[in-house]
Amino acid sequence: MPADSVTAEERFRTAEGSQEITSRKGAGAAELLRELGSVLRLSETEAQKLADEAPAEDQTMIINMGPQHPSTHGVLRLMLELDGETVLRCKPIIGYLHTGMEKTGETLTYLQGGTNVTRMDYASPLHNELAFSLATETLLGIQDDVPERAQWIRMLLVELNRISSHLLFLATNGMDIGAVGMMIYGWRDREETLRLLETITGLRMNHNFIRPGGVAADLPDGWRDEVLRVIDAIPPRLEEYDLLMTGQPIWRERLQGVGVLTQEEAQALGTTGPILRSTGVEWDLRRDMPYLFYDQLDFAVVVGSYGDCFDRYAIRLNEVRESIKLVHQILDRMPPGDYRIQDRKVTPPPRARIDESMEALIHHFKIFTEGFKVPPGETYRAIESPRGELGCYMVSDGGGRPYRMHIRGPSFVNLQTLPHMLRGGLIADAVAVISSADPIMGEVDR
Amino acid sequence: MTEPVHGMPATESRGQTVLHPSRDELVKLVLDLRDDEGFRVCVDLTAVDYLAYSAPRELPDGIAAERFEIVVGLLSHTKKERLRLRVQVPADDPTCPSLFDVHPGVEALEREVFDMFGIRFDGHPDLSRILMPEDWEGYPLRKDYPVGAIPVQFKGITDAR
Repeated sequence: MPADSVTAEERFRTAEGSQEITSRKGAGAAELLRELGSVLRLSETEAQKLADEAPAEDQTMIINMGPQHPSTHGVLRLMLELDGETVLRCKPIIGYLHTGMEKTGETLTYLQGGTNVTRMDYASPLHNELAFSLATETLLGIQDDVPERAQWIRMLLVELNRISSHLLFLATNGMDIGAVGMMIYGWRDREETLRLLETITGLRMNHNFIRPGGVAADLPDGWRDEVLRVIDAIPPRLEEYDLLMTGQPIWRERLQGVGVLTQEEAQALGTTGPILRSTGVEWDLRRDMPYLFYDQLDFAVVVGSYGDCFDRYAIRLNEVRESIKLVHQILDRMPPGDYRIQDRKVTPPPRARIDESMEALIHHFKIFTEGFKVPPGETYRAIESPRGELGCYMVSDGGGRPYRMHIRGPSFVNLQTLPHMLRGGLIADAVAVISSADPIMGEVDR
Repeated sequence: MTEPVHGMPATESRGQTVLHPSRDELVKLVLDLRDDEGFRVCVDLTAVDYLAYSAPRELPDGIAAERFEIVVGLLSHTKKERLRLRVQVPADDPTCPSLFDVHPGVEALEREVFDMFGIRFDGHPDLSRILMPEDWEGYPLRKDYPVGAIPVQFKGITDAR
């Protein structure tokens, strides 16, 4: 907003300007035209009309929702300007979970980097590792040499992770809207998938299992039966969720027509993932810009038509079904072979060699202390995470650590839709809208 | 080094097309790409501080390397194509025209770059710190900003012997 329209007393001002929502005095037609106009393509008269409709400043109230609100999924703070129960303006304020992970990433080797990025989107850690690994492999120029089995293991893991992430969404979505039973069921089923991931990777979350060059270990004995046991148990439960929520009148009343986003708005705001698909745009990186071996698999891209909270809920529910289909296909086609690349530049020598060869021992030591060197250059690799496009922009100057590692988090960009989805709605619906955007604050703040 | 793409000097980076517009050409180029070429989505905007970069910079002829670089990622849903723009920003004048009026979705991304690198975006509606506290000093992702350093304060020592 223009600095001269408010005085210093009205606004806590620093050298950089305030993060908080500004008072209504400056929020006239010109301001609306910029904020909304560029998204909605408003004309000046339309903006003026909207500005005239807004009540005077003494009739509105600015309240804080969060950062300690249970429905904000962590530490999201929303400043809402209310006229009675109607939301006039909204501004998300973030940064409460900022720990400087991109800066930290510059001090870690490419092998250590996985432990850092996996903590960004903590509901789908394997996707973070995959984006990081793909970017590193592209810089190394080995992206086509990674063994097939490693790639299929990666696909198996990220699809299982997508299931667990969407189940978590179903649980929290139910909890936010008042279907508390759903919370219990969702957590229960997510826990099953996490337990499965634990048998494969050794950890429930923050696995650091997908690494540049392949994965950390081969699949354990009996993995196929374990995977089948878990994913065969989920479909009947999804039917139960349909009974419990999808067809239920209260659930539909609560979600349908709430937080509507149009296709133009979604594209202009750069949204990806279920939020974009709910507006009817068929866009899924797995199908449209395939990575790994997704082009060899058969699955549907689930799209909505109204762009409301119900569509976003239904899309995620059905994406679980699509992921189960994918896991079945992956199980059928899992090839034998190596689980990581046998390029001695990237992979440490096998354990047995270390006992008999001094050079192997030195090599092993060097890889884990100094890391491997990556040729200079820059690249951007993106994958479809449960929340949208998860990209990794990496710059190397030829050293053993990334010169710059930037993660394009889908939640961070998707969060900008909140002011548009909340505008003109009721404050009670704000909870439903935040929940349906499914932001993970670890990824927003990084 | 490749032929110019969309009338801009271009390079090929690991199989990905990179355009190198100047700061003045940026907004016009992004607008043309949006309206005529179908690059309707701006997925990413970030910056790199090349202060301590030890390898030679890969830039096309006629583009002078500067300390900062703004990296814009564009995406076309219809063509299923990506395009990356890299804009050179000098250290003594860290400003860049904002893309907000073309792609409103860069609002948070530009604020993040401002917060982390101190690059100002002319025409941004609300350029304030987004991740760091609003009274924070310094720009954390710059290369001359140390990792994990805490400024030492000597308080309360009135009579130094």
